[in-house]
Amino acid sequence: MIYWHIFWAFFLPGILGYGGGPASIPLVEKEVVDRYGWVTENEFSEMLAMGNALPGPIATKMAGYIGFQEGGVIGAFIGVFATVAPSLLLMIALLRLLMKFKDSPKVNLLTNLVRPVIAILLAMMTISFFQNSYDGIGIYQTVFIGVLSLLLLEKVKVHPAYVIAGSLVYGAIFLA
Amino acid sequence: MTHWHLFLAFFRVGILGYGGGPSSIPLVKNEVVDKYKWMTDDEFSDVLALGNALPGPIATKMAGYIGWQVKGVLGMLNAIIASVVPTILLMIVLLTFLNSFKDKPWVLGMAKAVVPVVGVMLAVLTVDFLKKVNAHFGVKLTIGLLVGSLILLVLLNIHPAIVIGVVIVVSLFSKQEKQEVKEVKAS
Repeated sequence: MIYWHIFWAFFLPGILGYGGGPASIPLVEKEVVDRYGWVTENEFSEMLAMGNALPGPIATKMAGYIGFQEGGVIGAFIGVFATVAPSLLLMIALLRLLMKFKDSPKVNLLTNLVRPVIAILLAMMTISFFQNSYDGIGIYQTVFIGVLSLLLLEKVKVHPAYVIAGSLVYGAIFLA
Repeated sequence: MTHWHLFLAFFRVGILGYGGGPSSIPLVKNEVVDKYKWMTDDEFSDVLALGNALPGPIATKMAGYIGWQVKGVLGMLNAIIASVVPTILLMIVLLTFLNSFKDKPWVLGMAKAVVPVVGVMLAVLTVDFLKKVNAHFGVKLTIGLLVGSLILLVLLNIHPAIVIGVVIVVSLFSKQEKQEVKEVKAS
């Protein structure tokens, strides 16, 4: 029974959360705090804080941890599966269809017409990241880290992994 | 060997993507298009578009689909496990044993310093997309399409899933309009 509840609690946020994992967090909270009462609101925000301090997708970290707490390893597996599988299957089915007609002019048109929309969405995400950074560490640090990472990524062609690792070290030392 | 590369690619994406799935999109592109060349730019942008139009976490949708395309069902499982499991284990271990850890100033500092870096990576990806749009449609049409998208998404606040859905329907089901767009482009 608990496994079924875990599945259901994470299936709904997975299928209703538009805009990636972060958008589904309030939905997860509704299920695990309000409906099933597995964690208190305080515990949930503690978890969220920890999840945000760690790398990786947030929705699966929450599902994995809460699933583990309620149902052990199997619970963790079910939580992640319920979060990931339904939307992934939909995606594979639709893209498979699309790729079959990859060379048709219609799909070609689709690829091109959808790009401006994606560009605007990415631009909006870019702005919100810089806004967060400005709120968190102020204008000088934001510009300094931003310009330096732009130079490293685009001019020196350093692999993003090293730039991110470098920024983590910088933050641990200078922004603590 | 490909399985090992799939694992490495999505392990790096998972372990380096701070700020949830969406911030890992530029990292996915870096691995999948630039490094391992499993997909072209065009394919990647289709996958991203459809991923944005569908519900659920974006990181696992991308990992799952790309894994599936490269190496079938096993590739799919491999890519998802690589992007998800390491960080879940970290979360379980840290929350179980070291609950005070997340309030340490140096951890907070790390999480803050990475935000502008992700901002820059997203900006670079945005410029990539703009260049592609411009190369295909020319300056005038590009500005028109961008302004159109901006109005729909930001001013009218229409959900991206709906906008992308409409673009998909328009391009796949209306033969007439396709012809017209082609002509506009040619003239």
